[in-house]
Amino acid sequence: MSDTPKADRQSGAAILTQCLVDQGVEFVFGYPGGAVLPIYDELFGDERLRHILVRHEAGAAHAAEGYARSTGKPGVVLVTSGPGATNAVTGIADAFMDSIPMVVITGQVPTALIGTDAFQEADTVGITRHCTKHNYLVKDPADLQATIEEAFRIATTGRPGPVVVDIPKDVQIAVPSARNAAKLTASHRYSPQMAAPAEQVIEAVEMIAAAERPVFYTGGGVINSGPEATRLLRQLQDMTGAPTTSTLMGLGAFPSEHPDWLGMLGMHGTYEANLAMNKADVMVCIGARFDDRVTGRLDAFSPESKKVHIDIDRSSINKTVPVDLGIVGDCATVLGQMIESWGARKPQDLGEWKARIAGWRARECLAYPEKSTKDPSAIMPQKAVERLHALTHKREPIITTEVGQHQMWAAQYFGFEKPNKWLTSGGLGTMGYGMPAAIGAQLGCPDDLVIDIAGEASIQMNIQELGTASQYRLPVKIFILNNEYMGMVRQWQELTYESRYSNSYSDSLPDFVKLAESYGWTGIRITEESELDAGIEAMLAADGPVMVDCMVAKDANCLPMIPSGAAHTEMLLYGDAHEGTMDDEAKALV
Amino acid sequence: MKIAHDNAERHVLTVTVDNEPGILAKITGLFTARGYNIDSLTVADISADHAISRITIVTGGPPQVIDQIEAQLDRLVPVHGVVDLTTAGPHVERELALIKVTGTGEARVEALRVADIFRASVVDTTTESFVFELTGAPDKIDSFIALMRELGLVEVGRSGIVGMLRGAEGS
Ligand SMILES: Cc1ncc(C[n+]2csc(CCOP(=O)(O)OP(=O)(O)O)c2C)c(N)n1
Ligand SMILES: [Mg+2]
Repeated sequence: MSDTPKADRQSGAAILTQCLVDQGVEFVFGYPGGAVLPIYDELFGDERLRHILVRHEAGAAHAAEGYARSTGKPGVVLVTSGPGATNAVTGIADAFMDSIPMVVITGQVPTALIGTDAFQEADTVGITRHCTKHNYLVKDPADLQATIEEAFRIATTGRPGPVVVDIPKDVQIAVPSARNAAKLTASHRYSPQMAAPAEQVIEAVEMIAAAERPVFYTGGGVINSGPEATRLLRQLQDMTGAPTTSTLMGLGAFPSEHPDWLGMLGMHGTYEANLAMNKADVMVCIGARFDDRVTGRLDAFSPESKKVHIDIDRSSINKTVPVDLGIVGDCATVLGQMIESWGARKPQDLGEWKARIAGWRARECLAYPEKSTKDPSAIMPQKAVERLHALTHKREPIITTEVGQHQMWAAQYFGFEKPNKWLTSGGLGTMGYGMPAAIGAQLGCPDDLVIDIAGEASIQMNIQELGTASQYRLPVKIFILNNEYMGMVRQWQELTYESRYSNSYSDSLPDFVKLAESYGWTGIRITEESELDAGIEAMLAADGPVMVDCMVAKDANCLPMIPSGAAHTEMLLYGDAHEGTMDDEAKALV
Repeated sequence: MKIAHDNAERHVLTVTVDNEPGILAKITGLFTARGYNIDSLTVADISADHAISRITIVTGGPPQVIDQIEAQLDRLVPVHGVVDLTTAGPHVERELALIKVTGTGEARVEALRVADIFRASVVDTTTESFVFELTGAPDKIDSFIALMRELGLVEVGRSGIVGMLRGAEGS
């Protein structure tokens, strides 16, 4: 843009909007306020950018995350100073934990007032310093263009993440002086390593080729690396025959219908995935980070395996689990290198290993009781997710979730065949993520069916976003598994605190049907299993947004489960007694 | 229940960074947020255009924690490079201290004599006080301060460590 003569005379706000257009931004998720009025005035009547007015800045950040995760493009947020910025922090921290590319523009009080406790002043750069990949305070409009360009580059390359650009109001209004106009920041300073050294690739391939009990453990990095990474993962798996599991964030990279798919691993992962990790002789971790939810007790984690870890972030390697071969690089690039290096090799005969896995599969760890003991007429929540999957999977829906049991049931019982279809708050575990994320995904993917599988407690955390979906006529669907409890909290209280249900009952719930209707949504309630399919069909048949309040068994628990601090071999399955208490060491674990 | 403590190993790291606002907060905040120790930290800009700063951090931790510290520092956008002098090879560490001692008579004479042995220089003097300047390896400064304690020590200021690899190569 800078080569047009007019550019030199543009205000900071005009430079900003032009930069966003140049970056290919379609949507800006935001909320106005005093410190961003100059930017909002630029947006007025600008056809090139579509501003989506949320109802709370947390909604803006999560909507940007949903847009980013479903499209692979960076999400853009615009909020005012002080409370606008602090309200967005949860979403920024969420994007940081889950490596979601996002650029957040925050207004700031004018430069001269910074540090004076001015009205709506908050130290946004200070507050977001440790939950952003990088952040800036722009003090000169001449720096804006280069800063915005670098912000997008940092947010989207390497390990993606959120970048905050804090812009004081006077910098939005001022016109850069010609003297400074060409100023550009150094671009040398950030260059992620994409390809792996050839000898590491060969070593990894040789380890896999020699393996008798290999397993691939894949994560969100494969999705972040783009559709090519997914394609190459499937190709390498096909060549090597390695059984494959994935983290919560990685679901969809490997098709759930594939015979070598083990299901998700970790705390609520499948028996076969966790035992395969436990007994493997070679484990290849691709774009995952050995999260505590995945590993369980560290000294008992995959004790027999040689470990290869491919990650674009070198600080993920050897962070919690020491590996035999750490490879820094982009998943797609390294997978491509491995496929080339594998060439026409033949894997070992994996027959015996697959037979063992078949034995574990036969345990049918996801089988659940037909009926709840305390609530025999109620719909089992697992059943509801299974029916939702059965009735929608042909349309390859995008599923978002809130946080809790329903999230884990969605991960366990809703199969994903493709990447970018599963949007959930994994690292931070943010209740209230699902509805705004669904809104962002629906904007980015207007022809897709987008469903938020929600809990009745979580959905209330960003319930105000019902209005955003109405305003932009977004046909998102919310499917509440209403168990009248913060079910996941209740489950832990059963496990750890002798069923003392301290504050985990969802009291004084709204009538979700009427609530939906008051926002112009369709509201549907399902109470009987016999109504389940018809209710789901009715949800799919409505063209606008729909909220389904699906009443489910109040006492169902999410199993299998590895209690925190336990080993993969110490899974609780349906039928095991699991009520009681724990010692302090176990209680201290999250 | 027990709170775990790890065995620490001392390491000296040098970090070259873009000299931009907030960089020091970013680095020290990383240490506090992740529970790493800082025993000493020095920073100053080192390039003619004031664009680059060099930070020397003395930290401690088991080897895998030191490796994490390096990796975590390295992924910060304004960080150009991290060198662990302790593992990179023979290196020098220097620190500057200003030490104020008061006294008269024999103690004052003795203080001056010890300062001479340590090659500390007198940078300020009154009839009953000295300010000594001493540069050296940290343990040399420690011993000097220990001796001065008996000879009227009133105040100590230390710069923290600056380190560099020996030999012709830049790091
Ligand atoms: C913002 C936030 N606060 C608190 C928690 C802790 N937490 C995790 S799950 C959960 C209960 C969620 O209840 P609900 O949405 O009804 O889901 P369910 O477990 O019943 O399916 C809570 C409170 C959290 N994850 N996020
Ligand atoms: Mg609930």
